Formats: sequence, structure tokens, C-alpha cells
Amino acid sequence: MSQDLSVSVWRSETNAFQEFAVPAQKNQTILDVVSWIQANSDPTLSYRFACRVGMCGSCAMMVNGEPRWTCRTHVKKVLKSNNLEIGPLRNLPVVKDLATDMDPFFDKWVEAKGVFESTKTRHDDMEPIIPDAPERMAASAAIECINCAVCYAACDSVSGNAEYLGPAALNRAWSLVNDVRDGAYEERLEAASGAGGCHNCHSQGGCTAYCPNELNPSASIAGLKKETSRNWFGWGRS
Amino acid sequence: MIKPHRNHPLWFAFLLHRVSGVVLALFLPVHFYVLALALTDPAGLNGFLSLTENIWVKIAEFGLVFLLAAHMLGGLRLMALEWLPWSDRQKTFAVTAVAGAFAISCSFFLSAVQ
Repeated sequence: MSQDLSVSVWRSETNAFQEFAVPAQKNQTILDVVSWIQANSDPTLSYRFACRVGMCGSCAMMVNGEPRWTCRTHVKKVLKSNNLEIGPLRNLPVVKDLATDMDPFFDKWVEAKGVFESTKTRHDDMEPIIPDAPERMAASAAIECINCAVCYAACDSVSGNAEYLGPAALNRAWSLVNDVRDGAYEERLEAASGAGGCHNCHSQGGCTAYCPNELNPSASIAGLKKETSRNWFGWGRS
Repeated sequence: MIKPHRNHPLWFAFLLHRVSGVVLALFLPVHFYVLALALTDPAGLNGFLSLTENIWVKIAEFGLVFLLAAHMLGGLRLMALEWLPWSDRQKTFAVTAVAGAFAISCSFFLSAVQ
């Protein structure tokens, strides 16, 4: 690969894509491409990243129209006819160029009661956690979310309904619903099934298809739908 | 035309369910109107039913039966997704629903043209 890559990058100042030629490398991620442009072609290009190893969830962008974590997306996996189109994540306001304002995303975590509510005090003994207990496995299934908002950008229900909490917040709520140590079961189900809650999901599965950590927010949302119904009938967790 | 982030099987299952639902919502009032002709205008009903001998009407009925069956089987998949324990085989279920709808509509078409 010696040919230059033809890269279109979204610029908020002109509200249009700008073309850059970037030297192709044998091993190269999308974040490498964006960083090269900022370092060598245009230092005014704004984007966000931190860890570069798929842990912090900072660097997600739209790549050729699909949401991806750019630090772990190799160019050769997504290159189309030597072209790349890189834009800011869908469904979030743009701060500048490729950097989006994540506030609405995290506000919805809070709205979905994504904060653990302990049933114990510092004076109680620690709750033993048995990794292979069924209830712990259910809680752990959704727990490795890195808050990258790739699922949020992939979701057409979010696009169509600004109030919808979105896959990541509901995935978090489902994890806590399954956590037997948590003491806010009723409040959380109420938060997760209100006007912007789980019942807005159209089960399109984009969140699960694109989650870079291979989590399954679709299953979490289906679980919340089922649990809110069970609870309504009086069969929920006591 | 289809945006890249929508290019996966379950989004197409959603699209089929939505389109078939809208088409059926438009069809049903016409269907009930035609049925009501049996009481209000039997001769008119017979005249209308003679249209069904036309091959193009039979082909349109094939499409209608396909959409009806796809909506029914796709709806069963969604109800199972929301009410039964989660299964990771959603793509398989969606494809099976489409295949089942195709089999039902083909059976209808074959019996209509024989």
C-alpha cells in the first residue's frame, strides 16, 4: 500500500466534507488517519480521543456512514475504492468538525437511573459476588459498556425521538435491574419505561450490530420491556 | 438509497414489517368495503370478483398475501423477542419469517392459477 488514501473529513465551519490525501500504511487505523491529517495537513481539525486502545470510548465517529470506534478500526477493513468518509457521530450535536457534544448521551444515563443505589452502608459487611451465579451473570452480561455512543449513533429510534433514552442508557439500567445488590428496582424500571423509555425501541438491532464490545443492548431492552410488564402484573423482583 | 448504518438484516426485517403494516392498513378498509357489497350490492360484488380472474390481479394478490403473511410471522417474532427468554437467533428467525411468508404466498398463487 503505497498509494495515498482519499479521505473526506466533515468540517463544521463550511458544513461540508473536505478532501485530504493521506499516505497509506500497511497497518493503519482510522484514528491514525485523522491524527495524520491534524498533524500534517490541517492543525485546525478537531476530534476527540484518549486511550487509543478501545477502552475509553472517546474516539467514535461515522466512517463511511457507519458508527465505529476509530482507534480499533483498521483502514483496510472499511476502505472503499481507496476512499474514506469520516464524520461526527449521528444523533449528537457537533461541537466542531469530528467532536460531538456527549452531554445528551450522558444526561440520558442519569435519566435512566444509571447510578447504582447501594442497599448497604460502610458499616455492613461486603456483599459476596459469585461470578457464576445466574443473577450475577445476567448483570455482568451488559456491564462492559465503554460509553462510546456507537449504539446511540446507530439507532434510528433515537433519530426519530429526541426523548428516547437510547440503547446505552437502557443497557445500563438493565444491568442494574439484574444486580441483586441494587436497591432502586422500582424507580429504575419506572425511569426506563417512561415516555422516552424502552418501549420506544423498534427492535431494529443496529445497537447490537455495531457495538464494538459485542454487547447486546437489543437483548437488554427486550429484557426491560419484559420486566416492566412482569412488574406491572405484580410478578417483578420483590 | 439505504444508508450504510441500516445495512443489516434486522433493519430490513423492521422495514418489511413497517411497509407491510402500512400497506395492510390501506388495504383493509377497501377489503371490508368490498365484503360489504355482499349485503348492499350483490351484483356489484360479482362484477368486482370477476376481476380476480385477471392474471395481474392474481399476481397482486400474491403480493398482498406475502405482505400479510410476512407481517403476521414478523409480528410473532417480535412478540417472542419481547415476551420469551432472549435468543441470539433473531436473524435466523427473521429470515425464517420471510421464507414462511414466501411459501404461504406461493401456495396461494399456485392454487389461484391452477
